[in-house]
Amino acid sequence: MNAARADAVAPAGRFARFIAWVDARFPLTKLIREHATEYYAAKNFNVWYVFGVLAIVVLGIQLITGIWLTMSYKPAATDAFASVEYIMRDVNWGWLIRYMHSTGASAFFIVVYLHMFRGMMYGSYKPPRELLWIIGMLIYLALMAEAFFGYLLPWGQMSYWGAQVIVSLFGAIPAIGDSLVEWIRGDYFISDITLNRFFALHVVAVPLALVLLVVVHIMALHETGSLNPDGIEIKEHKGPDGIPLDGIPFHPYYTAKDLVAIVVFLVFFSLVVFFAPEMGGYFLEHANFEPANMLKTPEHIAPVWYFTPFYAILRAVPSKGLGALLMLLAIVALFLLPWLDRCKVKSIRYRGWIYKLALAAFAISFVALGYLGLQPATEKVFVYAARVFTAIYFAFFVFMPIYTRYEKTKPVPERVVYHAE
Amino acid sequence: MSLEKLKFPAASAVLVLVMGAPLAASAAGDGIALEHAGNDVGNVASLQRGARNFVNYCMGCHSAKYVRFNRLAKDLQLSEDQVIDNLMFAAEKLHETMQVAMPPEDAARWFGRAPPDLTLMARARGTDYIYTFLKSFYLDDSRPTGVNNLVLAGASMPHVLWELQGLQRKTVEQDEAGHEHIRLEPVTEGSLTPEEYDQFVRDLVNFLDYTAEPMQLERQRLGFWVLLYLLVFGLFAYLLKAEIWKDVK
Amino acid sequence: MSAESGLSRRHFLTVATSVVGGAGVVFAAVPFVASFKPSARAQALGAPVEVDISKLDAGSMLRVKWRGQPVWVLRRTPAMIDNIDAMISELRDPDSDKSQQPPYCKNHFRSIKPEVLVVIGSCTHLGCAPIERFETAPPDLGPNWRGGFYCPCHGSRFDLAARVFKGVPAPTNLRIPPHRYVGDNLLLIGEDKGVSA
Repeated sequence: MNAARADAVAPAGRFARFIAWVDARFPLTKLIREHATEYYAAKNFNVWYVFGVLAIVVLGIQLITGIWLTMSYKPAATDAFASVEYIMRDVNWGWLIRYMHSTGASAFFIVVYLHMFRGMMYGSYKPPRELLWIIGMLIYLALMAEAFFGYLLPWGQMSYWGAQVIVSLFGAIPAIGDSLVEWIRGDYFISDITLNRFFALHVVAVPLALVLLVVVHIMALHETGSLNPDGIEIKEHKGPDGIPLDGIPFHPYYTAKDLVAIVVFLVFFSLVVFFAPEMGGYFLEHANFEPANMLKTPEHIAPVWYFTPFYAILRAVPSKGLGALLMLLAIVALFLLPWLDRCKVKSIRYRGWIYKLALAAFAISFVALGYLGLQPATEKVFVYAARVFTAIYFAFFVFMPIYTRYEKTKPVPERVVYHAE
Repeated sequence: MSLEKLKFPAASAVLVLVMGAPLAASAAGDGIALEHAGNDVGNVASLQRGARNFVNYCMGCHSAKYVRFNRLAKDLQLSEDQVIDNLMFAAEKLHETMQVAMPPEDAARWFGRAPPDLTLMARARGTDYIYTFLKSFYLDDSRPTGVNNLVLAGASMPHVLWELQGLQRKTVEQDEAGHEHIRLEPVTEGSLTPEEYDQFVRDLVNFLDYTAEPMQLERQRLGFWVLLYLLVFGLFAYLLKAEIWKDVK
Repeated sequence: MSAESGLSRRHFLTVATSVVGGAGVVFAAVPFVASFKPSARAQALGAPVEVDISKLDAGSMLRVKWRGQPVWVLRRTPAMIDNIDAMISELRDPDSDKSQQPPYCKNHFRSIKPEVLVVIGSCTHLGCAPIERFETAPPDLGPNWRGGFYCPCHGSRFDLAARVFKGVPAPTNLRIPPHRYVGDNLLLIGEDKGVSA
């Protein structure tokens, strides 16, 4: 390491001198070392560890395509729908940019859900990473806000009525509900005014918050260090040079590995963008190809798929206020995870059958609620099923302090398990 | 096999299942099974016939206000003169869009509501919906237009194509189990045979499928090359990863 | 495999992946760069403009808008035509070698027909709109002035063929848009299919 540092300081050619000039004024080399070439991650990451970087890739796609869409989109009730079709037809390559953005929205949630599930499997939220988890949850909240505001912008039937339903949820808050709803809309109905402010929030405010939160998330991660599928702190076993024995530098090892993951992701992403941009009506809903009509509700309203688990919880309860409260709690519960889980063992590899069962039940209930949220509310069977899965969803959190305390765990090895291919 | 190893394929399988399954055909009104349109956007001759059908029979009332004639000429492999002579009546210039001559206020007065723009109808309702809709008009004296529709009950649209199809009436039969079967049977003969009429409607639907997403063929063509590139790049990236990871023991 | 061949293989793969990936980035950038080009709507709005000049008297000028720019159509009088080169020694680019015009307008009249001048009324200096000054020897433009255009912003002068004078800020003659005659008195501005030089 000392040799490496000496290298950088020694005047070795014009480029090195330029870097030295920059380093005297900005910690460039220091940043690269701390976050890439001398950031040590465990060597035993599995496929679950690619979704963080994929989320950053999708964020990049969304930011770039979003900026380009903003150039041709018109945030006015009279023009919005037509301007989207203008992008799809008249703007050169507009269709590709728009499909990338609409597919990116769903892709964002897919990778973020998988990223969160990874955290739940390997105990990434456990001390000392509670704050990392909280920041991640804030990113998830910002992402939901971003998706919600963005979904109004095409000003189609689903945009309009989806916003109508979700904004009305705030009316469930006692006393201030109705005035709060009016405050959000800035009008007595979802109008041009609402569209205009949602546009501002979607293209400026929330993206700014998202980018900042992602930076903070990575800073927090690099402070504690990345965990791994064995849930072992690699910092506890360092060699004489101070480098964790099971660690490898993020660059080049994980940059190379993540590049492969990014290509695989882009293959799936391209399959959707080029061959199924509507994704059977899940990524682009059919009713949204009709302009917003405030006099006619579509026969079947469902939020976009990434919101449907929470929507199903909302509908499972016959009271509006209680439904909205449960929906809120379903998200709050995720924030509390680091304190609900009392088990000392981090990774699911060494935890007892009870947590494995609980997590599996939770995952199944989440997916099932997502499915049920898409179904028409008229079917009684679906409502009962939603109640059952809502109960399972909450049982996972409510009983967690109990079942994790008495969990029978397996011995955790000293060092990470890794077999070279 | 440990749980985590199971979960990734399981979770992705569930995701693929949930998202790949086509959305329930909620747009189909009154539970009528929609007929399969079976159109092919790659069939340029069919698109040309469909464009002619659309201009002659639909554009009196319905616009396709996002479709430009010059783009149509290019995509449907027609010369500018062919488009001017055969497809343009109201519009003045090739770069203009397929507008309707009738002012929307008049239309709303005559039909109860302004006839919707049809550019995106195939994406909003599906090709099968339009195909079945145009085949499902039947005589109904209670309606101001004299006809009703199985797909969209109480449709304010008259049966514009009746001279081609002929008129139909609705019959309801009960089978032994007490289930009702609704059938349409011809009352008068149209100028087209039933097969010809189906093809006429199919061409029209094909044209609307095209207008709903005019770049769909281009999109797929480009997608092929993008995937090909990704496979090549992926190979290099994989080999590089394997090479670098040789060090890790 | 020896350590050295391992290194060179790694070097090759790093370079190859970078090159293929770089090419991919360039390909991916194409749609984003190309989307800045005028859209189909912009092209539709910028379509050629028809101008009927049957009522345009000799010595007068009409203005039309094409692609957001003022286009002047001047019908020159016989006197203007005869005197077109009256001030040629004072012109910076009398043969329009350094100026923008379709090849069929690269003559001393800078027009298809000597009597009709079609020109973009935007000064080649900084885009101001020059004003027509068709009178002879007005006090402010001097005794040699035989009629032309004067730009009020920075004093650039152009003759009746829209050619720039020496010693003024405008570098080149006013631009001539592509145009053609679809009838004797019907001009199409913005399109010149089939017009030969």
